[in-house]
Amino acid sequence: MSDAPIVQMTGITKDFTGVRALDGVDFTLRRGEIHAVMGENGAGKSTLIKVLTGVHDPDAGRILLDGEPVRFHSPGQAQAGGISTVYQEVNLTDNLSVAENLLAGREPRLGPFINFRAMRRKAKALLDEIGIDLNVAAPLSSYSIAMQQLVAIARAIDIDAKVLILDEPTSSLDRDEVAVLMRVMRSLAERGTAMVFISHFLDQVYEICDRMTVLRNGTLIGEWAVSELPESELIGHMLGREVQTLGALEHRAARHRPDDDVLVSARGLGRKGSVSPFDLDIRPGEVVGLAGLLGSGRTETARLIAGADRADSGALEFRGERLRGHNPRTASARGIGFCPENRKTEGLVGDLTVAENMILAMQAARGWARTVPPARRDALVAEFIEKLDIRPADPDLPVKNLSGGNQQKVLLARWMLIEPRLLILDEPTRGIDVGAKADIQRLVNELSEDGMAVLFISAELEEVTRLSDRIAVLRDRELIDILHQESDMTTDRIVETIVEKGGDK
Amino acid sequence: MNAYLKRLIWPLAVLVTLIVVNIAQTGFDFIVPSVHDGRLGGAFVNILRNSVPLLLIALGMTLVIATKGIDLSVGAVYAIGAAIACQWIIDRDQSAFGTILTAVILALLVAAVIGAWNGAMVAYFGVQPIVATLILMIAGRGIAQLITGGQIPSVSDSTPFVELGRGAIATIPVPIVIGVLVFAVLALLTRTTALGMLLEAVGGNPAASRLAGIRSKGITILAYLVCGFCAGLAGLIGAANLGSADANNGGLWIELDAILAVVIGGTALIGGRFFLLGTVIGVAIIETLNVTIINVGLSSQWQFTAKAIVVFVVAVLQSPEFRAWLLKPFRRPDGGEPAPEPADDKEALAK
Amino acid sequence: MSTTVTERPSRTTLFDGLGRYIPIGVTVALLIVMYLGGIAAFPRFSSPQVIASLFIDNAALLIIAVGMTFVILSGGIDLSVGSMMAFSTMSIAALTVDLGVPAEVAVAAVLAFGTLSGLFTGAVIHYFNVQPFIATLAGLFLYRGLTLQLSDHDVSMRDIAFFDWGMLRMDFAGGQRDGGFSLPNISFIALAVVIVAFIVLHYTRFGRGVYAVGGSESSALLMGLPVARTKVGVYAVSGFCAALGGVVAAYYTKSANPLAGVGLELDAIAAVVIGGTILTGGTGFVLGTVAGVMVMGLLTTLIAFQGDLSSWWARIVVGVLLLAFILLQRFLSRSGEKRRT
Repeated sequence: MSDAPIVQMTGITKDFTGVRALDGVDFTLRRGEIHAVMGENGAGKSTLIKVLTGVHDPDAGRILLDGEPVRFHSPGQAQAGGISTVYQEVNLTDNLSVAENLLAGREPRLGPFINFRAMRRKAKALLDEIGIDLNVAAPLSSYSIAMQQLVAIARAIDIDAKVLILDEPTSSLDRDEVAVLMRVMRSLAERGTAMVFISHFLDQVYEICDRMTVLRNGTLIGEWAVSELPESELIGHMLGREVQTLGALEHRAARHRPDDDVLVSARGLGRKGSVSPFDLDIRPGEVVGLAGLLGSGRTETARLIAGADRADSGALEFRGERLRGHNPRTASARGIGFCPENRKTEGLVGDLTVAENMILAMQAARGWARTVPPARRDALVAEFIEKLDIRPADPDLPVKNLSGGNQQKVLLARWMLIEPRLLILDEPTRGIDVGAKADIQRLVNELSEDGMAVLFISAELEEVTRLSDRIAVLRDRELIDILHQESDMTTDRIVETIVEKGGDK
Repeated sequence: MNAYLKRLIWPLAVLVTLIVVNIAQTGFDFIVPSVHDGRLGGAFVNILRNSVPLLLIALGMTLVIATKGIDLSVGAVYAIGAAIACQWIIDRDQSAFGTILTAVILALLVAAVIGAWNGAMVAYFGVQPIVATLILMIAGRGIAQLITGGQIPSVSDSTPFVELGRGAIATIPVPIVIGVLVFAVLALLTRTTALGMLLEAVGGNPAASRLAGIRSKGITILAYLVCGFCAGLAGLIGAANLGSADANNGGLWIELDAILAVVIGGTALIGGRFFLLGTVIGVAIIETLNVTIINVGLSSQWQFTAKAIVVFVVAVLQSPEFRAWLLKPFRRPDGGEPAPEPADDKEALAK
Repeated sequence: MSTTVTERPSRTTLFDGLGRYIPIGVTVALLIVMYLGGIAAFPRFSSPQVIASLFIDNAALLIIAVGMTFVILSGGIDLSVGSMMAFSTMSIAALTVDLGVPAEVAVAAVLAFGTLSGLFTGAVIHYFNVQPFIATLAGLFLYRGLTLQLSDHDVSMRDIAFFDWGMLRMDFAGGQRDGGFSLPNISFIALAVVIVAFIVLHYTRFGRGVYAVGGSESSALLMGLPVARTKVGVYAVSGFCAALGGVVAAYYTKSANPLAGVGLELDAIAAVVIGGTILTGGTGFVLGTVAGVMVMGLLTTLIAFQGDLSSWWARIVVGVLLLAFILLQRFLSRSGEKRRT
């Protein structure tokens, strides 16, 4: 391992229509090292990688590859320059054979014709090199996703990669498969290949990586040798502990009042490959926070309770009644509202107006023939635009023209209109401005005062601790603990829980 | 309302231009209706009257396209509707009102069932709309021929059935009355109830619609059902006008014209917002264009070529890539393109 | 490396690989059943000429369906082929009969035009991201319009000696009289197209690229494959095949009909789908398309032998077959998805 940097990125800044995704970030990658880039959703990890691989052009900053200034404008150019990427989704075509996927575009040929025998031989050799033995003539689709991922890596290595970027390659692999991948990574490192490793599994990062760079909210927090940064400090760096000015919003747990009624009760609820079976009760007027790192199963837990995904084990009870065939429509009819993580793709209908998006759930519950009377609709929409301070206060504007924070408020209003008993909010404050964030936090507080139950997800522990009565802590797709003591409502306690319980697994 | 008008202004301008060209060629008689035998006539009224079958199909198609779908089978359904009605009538007492009524109801019922079938293929079996409706596009004309026994059943000129195509109510031709009625019903159905909004939600963002609790399967089937019904009704009017049902050539290529009319009218093929009034203008443009070609002295064969040009221009103008390419020389070199948002990239990769 | 990781395709996943062959297996089985049924019902059906005729009457359809196979494998669709075929035949007639251009030159010009127009369509589809359905719809209207402008009635090419070559027959196994069969040159053209297409699709980078793009366009792009060249290329192939279909039609009928090939695009798509190619792209075989064309041809032949049955039954049966195949494909891909998650 030498210390000569192969990639040096300095002062990288990137704006997306007003939102600063990266702000003057530096990143150095040395020959033969495995370097983790750590951070939560929206921290800027993927933007940084995309700048390096030529998907995005940076607005400022420079990139040195082997000491030479470079600027790639497409992933193809980056590949030609020696930077290969393996993505979380296997980007191969599974209708072709393993050998073809390995060598597509570089097949050995006889004249104009592909020499299949030579291709299979070459593919076999390539897989041998990283210690995999597959039937290279079989279609890729006949192998597990894990094997497909390893094939993708084999393909990336073969393109004479100086730098290999592994973007969450392990999220669909099991323990043994991860071990294979790590062995391959180590042998590549010995040969001098530099690797960028992105994963939300901390144990993997600690096992395989030499150094790590931590990002938060688009800024560089720092770079450490892995051995110098204990897990608890890393989590602290990733989640952040800065106190925000949010007006007079006192600690919620101080007012905690126990309630014996259970509104929603999950027993052994789980879904294979998404979240292990868990128990969770939610009471009226209670805010339950879900805390954990990205990929810990926060969103998946919420989606099961919301009926957005189908559970394959356990039971969900709503006011003592066992729910069967639970889906978004029946959930909505019972008064369970769900604001998904991704506003644009799963929340709003961009072309429809603010008013239409607000009325959607209420109208869906009534069916198309029983229209919400226009006068009532206008009154409701006007009321919520004012109540939530949605700007611009024009109900007829297409919702796609609004800012992120206002879009989030429209989504909230959609569910508040049906006066739900349980409101599930998956990262409602991500990527929105501070003002809107404070508004939404205040709103969650008010709603629960009025007796509504809220299931609240946020990557920011400060926010979770301030808002929640109880906090369910998740790690590695498992609900590991539920904190309910007032004294437990601190970010430190959550971080401790994640680290401790992770250790004894 | 503003955005709505803005969408309609271009199609409207094209229509007005075409009308002006015709007036310039043939004088004001083109636009001014005349009265013959107690019914309205004149060039423009005839255009409207002849355009009704296309209008009905295009209106149904608008709803289907709003759901991100397409219905290729409407031409075949047109033929089936015409075949059922004519065959039923010639086998019975042609002047009996009951016969005519039964024939009409039967034809519309079958057409609606076919539409619902298409919708079910899309909603329940998850078959792509083009593929699902291709089946009946191919088989449908065979079914129509099966009904007519390979003949072209001609009804007698005295049967009240032909009034559906040739008659007039208070001097207004019956087809135009039907066209206006269907337009009004659909407009009311979609705009005074929540159907329109739910259709647009399902077509605009299926995932979000599901999470909002919309019964998207039912909505999708309803759209295809209405489309099938409209195609059957169009077949009835076409058959009544001709007095016969040609299973092979009745409504040939009408699905393509209908799709074209919808697109000209401002409804995008990717679903979402739809414009029934825009579709009406689109139909009027297509039919007026056909007449204009004759009036400016070109042979009728130019109709296809002209239509091809319209399809091409509309398709290319709707393409953001084309607009970017066209504007490239005018852009400041340092301006750069607006950065794509990260979410869009993810979508592209996920695909 | 000391240890090696092995994974054998498990039995259930092996089925996934074999799943690709189920539709074509069904088609071939269907073909055999139809043929045996025909022999059992009609004595004259066993003549080898019955099979040979499939490749004479459907030569143009076969060529066009092969071109369509490229497009559908890549995930697109081409509606313009029927009009393109008619335009090619009519152009040849206009060039040779009206203008006296040598037939060889006319044929070459038509083939070049078909290829170039395919290139143009493909470029519009790829670079401007216009839906294939709409872009080729414009072609459908355009070439039909141009055909009608060249002539709105049949044009005979009987007087041009060049076109006699196409139907010159070669006898096999003693020819038709002695229980063998004979094939004209147009059948050989069609078979040559099939063979070339097979080699291109299976043994060249372009062909494998077609499968890759059809499997997943975004993956193909990230793998650094020439997606643009492939996508534009398939439409050029389809345009060439449609033009060649027009040339074969000129040989076959020695006349040009302005309304020839109306709806032929649908027959070609149906043949491709019945031949086991999935309409969303990525999976299928050009030999399956041959089987698909044979099924459709045999269907017509059977109905002709039967005598009482009317021709429209062919359309209905084709529709039913399409339905069956689409549902089969849907079922196969769904069970595949289920296994993988």
